[in-house]
Amino acid sequence: MSVISKNTTFMGYRRENGRVGVRNYVLILPVDDLSNAACEAVANNIKGTMAVPHPYGRLQFGADLDLHFRTLIGTGSNPNVAAVVVIGIEEGWTKRIVDGIAATGKPVTGFGIEGYGDHETIKRASKVAKEYSQWASEKQREACPINELWVSTKCGESDTTSGCGANPTVGNAFDKLHPLGNYLCFGETSEITGGESIVAARCANDKVRDQFMFMFNRYQDMINRWKTDDLSESQPTKGNIAGGLTTIEEKAMGNIQKIGKKCTVDGVIDKGEVPSHPGLWFMDSSSAAAEMVTLCAASGYVVHFFPTGQGNVIGNPILPVIKLCANPRTVRLMSEHMDVDCSALLQAEKTLDETGDMLLECMLRTANGRLTAAEALGHREFVLTRLFESA
Amino acid sequence: MNHFVLHDAHDTVAVVVVEGVKAGAELNGWIMDDNKHMNMTARSDIPIGHKIALKDMKTGDTVIKYGVDIGKVVAPIAAGEHAHVHNIKTKRW
Repeated sequence: MSVISKNTTFMGYRRENGRVGVRNYVLILPVDDLSNAACEAVANNIKGTMAVPHPYGRLQFGADLDLHFRTLIGTGSNPNVAAVVVIGIEEGWTKRIVDGIAATGKPVTGFGIEGYGDHETIKRASKVAKEYSQWASEKQREACPINELWVSTKCGESDTTSGCGANPTVGNAFDKLHPLGNYLCFGETSEITGGESIVAARCANDKVRDQFMFMFNRYQDMINRWKTDDLSESQPTKGNIAGGLTTIEEKAMGNIQKIGKKCTVDGVIDKGEVPSHPGLWFMDSSSAAAEMVTLCAASGYVVHFFPTGQGNVIGNPILPVIKLCANPRTVRLMSEHMDVDCSALLQAEKTLDETGDMLLECMLRTANGRLTAAEALGHREFVLTRLFESA
Repeated sequence: MNHFVLHDAHDTVAVVVVEGVKAGAELNGWIMDDNKHMNMTARSDIPIGHKIALKDMKTGDTVIKYGVDIGKVVAPIAAGEHAHVHNIKTKRW
C-alpha cells in the first residue's frame, strides 16, 4: 500500500486554463540580456515579485530563436506563475512573448524600453507589477487530484550510489504515479548512451520508439561532430569521476533507473515543448542540470525530483527541486541541500518501496507549499539552452 | 554491514558503499537484484562510491555492471583492486 492512491489530493492553485500550480509567483521576465537591469529594478521595487535575468535573446535565429521564445513563453505560462510582466529592449519580440503567455488566460503585460529608457520603463512596469502582486496574494489553494501534478526528473553530479539508491527511488515513485495518470518527464539525451536500447524497449509503441531513436541519434551526431577525448571530462563530469563513475555507459545505466521498472515511455517532446497527454515523456535535452530543469519548467512541470550522488546544489526560480541522495558521505557533509535521505537503501535498512514512498511524501508536502532545501537556500538557476551561434 | 553492492550476479565490478576501505580488508557484498551476499578481499584502498573488481580481468575484456556492458578494460585488473578510469574506458565516443 503506497502513500498515494487515485484519491490522494494536494493543495494547489487552479489557473485560468485549468492547469494546477504549487507556487504563486509574479514573474518579471526579460526578453533579452539588455532588459535584465529594468526587470531586477522592478522586482526590487515591488515585493512579492521575482525577476529571472538571463544572458540571451539578441540576434538569435532559426531553431535557436524558436527555442528561446518557447522557453520564455513556457516559463511564463507555467502554472506555478500567477502573472507576468515582460520587458524587452523593443516591443515586437516583447509582444510575441506576451501573446504566447496570454493564451493561458493569466494576466500578462509587456513593455519595450526603446523610446522610454530604463527609468520610465521601470516606473510603468512597476505600476502593473504592484497590481499583479496584490492580485496574486489573494489567490487561495484548493484540493486537487494527485494526477494534476506534473512531475519531472533529472539527476546531477551523480556517482555510483545514484544508480544503486537515489535514481531507483525516483523510478519507484514514477512507477506509482504513472498508473494514476500523471504527466511525468525525463530527458538528458547524451546520458542515455549505452542504455538507449533499454529505453527504446520501454517505448509504448513503434512511433514513440522511432521518435526517441531520432532524438538520440541527433544528439550522438552533434557529439561526434565536436567531441574531444572523453568529452573533456564533461560526460561523465569531473565530479562524476571523482565520485567513482568511470564511463558514459555506466552513468547512463544509473541514469535510466529513474524511469522505474514498469513505466512505459509514452511520448517524445523536443526541448521545452508541452506534452499533449498523460504518461511518461522523454524530452530531448542537455544533461546540464540547470538547462534541463529550466526546460522542464518551460514544458509545464510543477515539481521536480533531483537525485544526486556527489551533491549538486541546483534549484530553479519557479520549479521546486526536491533533492534526494543515497551517498551517506554526501548526506553528512551537505545535509542542508538534501530533502530526502535514501542512504539506508544501501545497507538494506530500507526497501525501495519505502524510499519511494518517502519521496512521494516529500512531493506532497512540497506541492502543499513546504519550501524545498533549494528554495530555502535561494537557488534560482535559470539557464536557457542555446543551439548555435547568434547571427 | 554491506561494504559493497552489486546489481546483478554476473557483474564483474561492484560499488563500495562505506568510507575508509583499505587494502587487505575483508568486505561483505550484497547482490541487490537477488538479495544474496558474497565476500571479497580488497587489494587496494578504495574510496566510497568507487568500484572494486570482482574477478581478474585482462586488457580488452568487457566490464559488466547492471548485467550489461559498461566499457572495456584498458589495463589488467586483479580481483579486489580499485576499478576506475585508470583501467576502464568507454567503448563509445
